[in-house]
Amino acid sequence: MSTVDETGAGPIPSAPLLEVDDLFVEFHTRDGVARVLNGVSYRVAAGETLAVLGESGSGKSVTAQTVMGILDTPPGVITGGAVRFHGEDLLTAPDRRRRAVRGSGIAMIFQDALSALNPVFTVGFQIEEQLRVRRGMSRKDARKRAVELLELVKIPNARGRVRQYPHEFSGGMRQRAMIAMSLALDPELLIADEPTTALDVTVQAQIMDLLKEIQVERHMGLILITHDLGVVAEVADRIAVMYAGRIVEQADARSVYRRPGHPYTAALLDSLPRLDQKGTELNTIKGLPPSLLRIPDGCPFHPRCARAQDVCRTEVPPQHRPEPGRLSACHFAEELIADA
Amino acid sequence: MGRYVLRRLLQLVPVFIGTTFLIYWLVWSLPGDPFAGKCGDRPCPDAYIAVMRERFHLDEPLVVQYGRYLWNLLQGDFGETFRGLEVGELISNAYPNTIRLAVVALLIEAVIGLAAGVLTGLRGRGFLDNLTLVSTLFLISLPVFVTGFALQIFFGFELGWIKTTVAKSPAPWEQLIAPGFVLGSLSMAYVTRLTRTSIAENKHADFVRTAVAKGLPQRRVVGVHLLRNSAIPVVTFLGTDLGALMGGAIVTEGIFDIKGIGNLVFDGIIGKDGLIVTGVVTLLVLVYLLSNLLVDLLYAVLDPRIRYD
Amino acid sequence: MTDPSTAASASSIEAHTHVLAAEHAGTETAGAPGKPDKPRSLASDAWDDLRRRPLFLIAGSLIALVLLMALFPFLFTQTDPGYADLARSRQGPSAQAWFGYDNQGYDIYARTIHGARASIVVGICATTLTVLIGGTLGLLAGYYGGWLDGLMSRVADVFFGLPFVLGAIIILSSFGSTGTTSVAQIMFLVVMSIAVLSWPVCMRIMRSAAITAKQQDYVKAARALGASSSRIILRHMLPNAVAPVLVYATIALGAFIGAEATLSFLGLGLRAPVVSWGVMIADSRDIIRVAPHTLLFPAAFLTATVLAFVMLGDAVREALDPKTR
Repeated sequence: MSTVDETGAGPIPSAPLLEVDDLFVEFHTRDGVARVLNGVSYRVAAGETLAVLGESGSGKSVTAQTVMGILDTPPGVITGGAVRFHGEDLLTAPDRRRRAVRGSGIAMIFQDALSALNPVFTVGFQIEEQLRVRRGMSRKDARKRAVELLELVKIPNARGRVRQYPHEFSGGMRQRAMIAMSLALDPELLIADEPTTALDVTVQAQIMDLLKEIQVERHMGLILITHDLGVVAEVADRIAVMYAGRIVEQADARSVYRRPGHPYTAALLDSLPRLDQKGTELNTIKGLPPSLLRIPDGCPFHPRCARAQDVCRTEVPPQHRPEPGRLSACHFAEELIADA
Repeated sequence: MGRYVLRRLLQLVPVFIGTTFLIYWLVWSLPGDPFAGKCGDRPCPDAYIAVMRERFHLDEPLVVQYGRYLWNLLQGDFGETFRGLEVGELISNAYPNTIRLAVVALLIEAVIGLAAGVLTGLRGRGFLDNLTLVSTLFLISLPVFVTGFALQIFFGFELGWIKTTVAKSPAPWEQLIAPGFVLGSLSMAYVTRLTRTSIAENKHADFVRTAVAKGLPQRRVVGVHLLRNSAIPVVTFLGTDLGALMGGAIVTEGIFDIKGIGNLVFDGIIGKDGLIVTGVVTLLVLVYLLSNLLVDLLYAVLDPRIRYD
Repeated sequence: MTDPSTAASASSIEAHTHVLAAEHAGTETAGAPGKPDKPRSLASDAWDDLRRRPLFLIAGSLIALVLLMALFPFLFTQTDPGYADLARSRQGPSAQAWFGYDNQGYDIYARTIHGARASIVVGICATTLTVLIGGTLGLLAGYYGGWLDGLMSRVADVFFGLPFVLGAIIILSSFGSTGTTSVAQIMFLVVMSIAVLSWPVCMRIMRSAAITAKQQDYVKAARALGASSSRIILRHMLPNAVAPVLVYATIALGAFIGAEATLSFLGLGLRAPVVSWGVMIADSRDIIRVAPHTLLFPAAFLTATVLAFVMLGDAVREALDPKTR
């Protein structure tokens, strides 16, 4: 496939499950047109975990929503690109086909399980609903399966819990229930949109462990959207870093942490508190992410970049391939990696 | 839940007593001759007045009178009018007509209001939305008697489609459609707006997005997840409205000459028959209070997040 | 709009849920039209927003026109509204009399113009009284809470439980029958009976706004620092409550004008020699089949005025609600 060369993200374990190809999305607001996605491409294979990193507003959730087909239109408008699932473009597929993929092909879990679950139905009902509507299961079989799913995500007393409402669950349990719900139709790919952001630190680790365990067991593709570098390090096979609606760096997790290939990634890593730097002040990235209504000319990161040169202000950096299996949208990618 | 209901019922008692006493006081103890005009053009003979004062215990202190009235009421005795008719019987003859009228009004406002609200809420801004907004504003602003007369003149006298008056008792259902529309028109506008706001708010809720992400058909996303949540405020409004419709039926009943309690109480006021007035109002207050309680309980049934302990 | 309490019950549901939310969630900034941090900029934002709304502009011009009619009726007509000539009874609209003549031979156009004053005066007085009574009690109940709140809320329930039209009829017929009644007395009675039956709604709105304000962290902080009750009420609670009460008052004003007409129509409100839209509508009651224009014109003016106030209230509500912006 031709896209292999364009993304060129290195050794692919098996044929790609999902391919996001040069995706463009705009939001038409009162104040003007916000260019939210500006040519986003990534791919995920079965059994692989891709972490999409970025600050809020970088477009990581919008990409996921576009893949899932739950982008609010209006204000959102998809102006270009393709989302291929097993090679089939979902953006041009008929509604019926898209619906068939949701839940059973690609499933999604959300950041805030309390608002993502319907408050007036029991957790059991919301899991069983898909089984009954999509699989034509009987009420009784669906209930049995719902209990199994809740047990799978390690919710104690699953038999009693199915009858409870979302607000009767604790935060961590609610996210587990959300995961159980997303697994109901045995999806091949799971998109987790900041699944642990709303949770306590101790619970965060448990949920991540659970996700990883389930993914390995089912050989599922996993897209993990997060702004938390700590979460990424443990579970991700590959990392895509997003900034102002673009992917600025894409590589396997290990190399990103060792030798970041983009100044933004480097700055992100630098801003992590580290045990070996006791007593020094924590680094932060100066400035704010750009307004998507007015993305700066040239490299969008240049106003905040310590290495910015004249060329950064005028020319949008192309995707460099500083070494096999890596991509970086920086004019100086090669130097950066060599310096590290 | 049981304890909550009990507590609410106990809370109702002082409100009930307060309201009925207020009415009793307004009707019976204000200055003015209760026998003015009772005996034709001449003033009533003293002997008659004495008998009447005795019969209605008008010489006792107001609180005692009220206590006696309430005591009789508890035993189902509404008392007698000046003419010696059983108030209880008058009410039981009139009440079914008003209930029928209120039910027809409620059905009309629920069906039309919900349909219009769901449609405009889902569609969002546009011609249909503006049309609905303007017509609901218009309905809200139109006094009921104007709506009533307009329908009566146009559909009754000009087109001859409806009967202009419903003198029969019990009132036939089909003759109550036009009066029911008049009575329910204001609430219909509110139901429409409430539904529209509720749908529009929930349309972008996370749980609706989740339902879509689960691959459910559009029908089910809207019909089960969106409607179920949006219906909560609407259903509770409709619940409280039944009591309000009965109390507000007086004008509509007057226009269409429906022999309901509105007509009865109006005659009672004009004829200065205090027991009719207090009897009817007491009943209306009771209906109103109970329907409010029912709505609060309904709230807890519809929205599991609300718990009364 | 015949029954202002129905108007109210729609808004009282909102108030109810706000209170519930506030009481359950604790930190919920429910019904936050008076977002605490910058009341001034919110007000000016709202004003900027309002000026661009067609609904507001239409409503505003209509209200200005009606107010002008009420203040200076002679700008619109030179005809004496009190001059009747039975010879021209029930004549339809013509070049001399744009709206025709009524049963007594009064000029309907002149009377409609002059009728604005009584209707507007009743509306404004009743609204002011309602907001004063309801607002004060609601603020006190919300601030002090406890048994005072319980007592006041039960008293409000007592009045709220009375159906509006029925209650007003009883009050008016009881007090109105006590001997001679002058114009001012009747007007006072109508205003009183409307206010007495409507204040609970305003109280509930004010109470929930006050409770919401009380639970804001900055108000808790002010109390902890020992700010006086009056200061907390005036500086923190009142501004928070202004927006919802303003919206209520605007819509109520329209509703009360309609209520006055309804009561007059039933023969219990204003009556001759007062000229009001309600009185004119009541006069037309028995002749609408033969002379529908006697109902049409005053009813149209009445409806337009009520509509204007309801629209204005709507526009203000939307402008003040951060959610809709």
